[in-house]
Amino acid sequence: MHPAFSVIFLTTLIGVGQGLFLALFTVESYSAFGLLPPQPSRFYALGSAVALGFLVAGLVASFFHLGHPERAWRSAAKWRTSWLSREVIVLPAFMGTVCLYGAAHFSGFNPVLATLPSGAPVNVTAMLGVAGTVLAFALFVCTGMIYACLRFLQEWHTPLTVINYILLGGASGFVLACALAAVAAQEVSGFLGVWAMILTALAFIGRVASLLRNARLRPKSGLRTAIGIKHPHIAQKAQGAMGGSFNTREFFHGRSAAFLKRVKWVFLLLVFALPLGLLAGGFASAAFFIQYLGLIAERWFFFAQANHPQNLYYQAVS
Amino acid sequence: MTQLALVIDLNVCVGCHACVTSCKEWNTSGQAGPLSDFNPYGANPTGTFFNRVQTFEVGEFPNTETVHFPKSCLHCEEPPCVPVCPTGASYKRAEDGIVLVDYDKCIGCKYCSWACPYGAREIDEQQKVMKKCTLCVDRIYDASLPEIDRKPACVKACPTSARLFGDVHDPESEVSKAIRESGGYQLMPEWGTQPANHYLPRRKTQLRIHEDELVRADNPLKVDGKLPKPAKAEPSLDDVTSW
Repeated sequence: MHPAFSVIFLTTLIGVGQGLFLALFTVESYSAFGLLPPQPSRFYALGSAVALGFLVAGLVASFFHLGHPERAWRSAAKWRTSWLSREVIVLPAFMGTVCLYGAAHFSGFNPVLATLPSGAPVNVTAMLGVAGTVLAFALFVCTGMIYACLRFLQEWHTPLTVINYILLGGASGFVLACALAAVAAQEVSGFLGVWAMILTALAFIGRVASLLRNARLRPKSGLRTAIGIKHPHIAQKAQGAMGGSFNTREFFHGRSAAFLKRVKWVFLLLVFALPLGLLAGGFASAAFFIQYLGLIAERWFFFAQANHPQNLYYQAVS
Repeated sequence: MTQLALVIDLNVCVGCHACVTSCKEWNTSGQAGPLSDFNPYGANPTGTFFNRVQTFEVGEFPNTETVHFPKSCLHCEEPPCVPVCPTGASYKRAEDGIVLVDYDKCIGCKYCSWACPYGAREIDEQQKVMKKCTLCVDRIYDASLPEIDRKPACVKACPTSARLFGDVHDPESEVSKAIRESGGYQLMPEWGTQPANHYLPRRKTQLRIHEDELVRADNPLKVDGKLPKPAKAEPSLDDVTSW
């Protein structure tokens, strides 16, 4: 597939936003149960604003992918069948929840709604946080399933796609939360740093698992089933157009296999190895910056690696 | 239930691209807007087409065979491109099984083209919407056309009648008979898309001629003289030789 930067930025940016929100609510939940010291509302408000910024940036990036962005509202229609439509519904719902969560912390409007038997208070931000957590995971599933549900894109058609979207988004969000905590809530910086390292390590396992899986894939389709002629030697001599077509532009990345291999090593280094080292050294901001750059490479590779069966029909110009 | 489709006979297709040009001519002139071209007279012309003829070489030199392969939307019975469309712009008509795109609803997200394993959909770079073969839906139901012209433009244009058009769900239709009797098959059956369009395979046409069939035994040029007159008592073939 040809990697589109609009989609690369959409998926990586909203992943950071979702992960950051999950990190914020993790801290709040731990504090509610007395496992962490309570943090100032400023930290949550700032974090929510940053998360919202990433989500909005991702949403803006997605519009560049559309031929008719003014009709984007129509895409909420087919949520019964289309994961893309579901994502279009869940993303604004999640953004709204993050906004309310941040606003509640910022304004200090946080009445206790109920008290758990253990004595832990259930307040408005806790309820918003639970709703936001559900929506964040729903959004990860929607984003991942957009790719995982296409059964003939064999590189994507695996539960690992969804798992990696969750883990990579979560990791980058926790790394950013750790960087923010260094500014606004030093007490939880170490806690977030450890979680960021754990998630980065888990994401590494998930991504390497999908790389290993994809390296062993055998394409289900070949020229024989594509044109229905049972012969071991079939070669294309003409594809019906000399100057290329949508089919040659959209489904080929146009780079060499060596370039792809280099991108793979670059993202393995930038997304996993370097951030782990930087986090261990306490440089959370640098870790986030490097990891986000790496995620752009990772997503580029994710798209470029997918081999669409339609490419069988576009092997030779003439 | 009707399922309109094309049946393409690879044994007959000569790769002349008449179906491509007639398709382009008809569909670029319709009220749905042109099928845009870019750089049409330049070095790298490109544009939107519903139908393309590709050429494959089967076998190893010198024992090769050239197969011309017209490719357009196959109007799958289980179209994977339809459920993924977020707006419902892409749909399959219940009454005749044609898969269509509503150009007024399409947001140009290209997701349906990712979901088509055949590469049958092409985005129109000018109109920014996804386009594909409509089976000339604006032509096959046009009552102002003579009955014989209510067929897709490609079918009408094919000089060798390699393209048949009809209802593949009607077992007595021309296309169903062709599929049944000539071994019609579907493309990439492994994905379960059940394409409505079928292809008829190449067939070896062999004729056995015996040596004596090459020479006319009663060739008048070989007669050197008058044949001996048969005796009256001999049996005769017909009235001409009997007297």
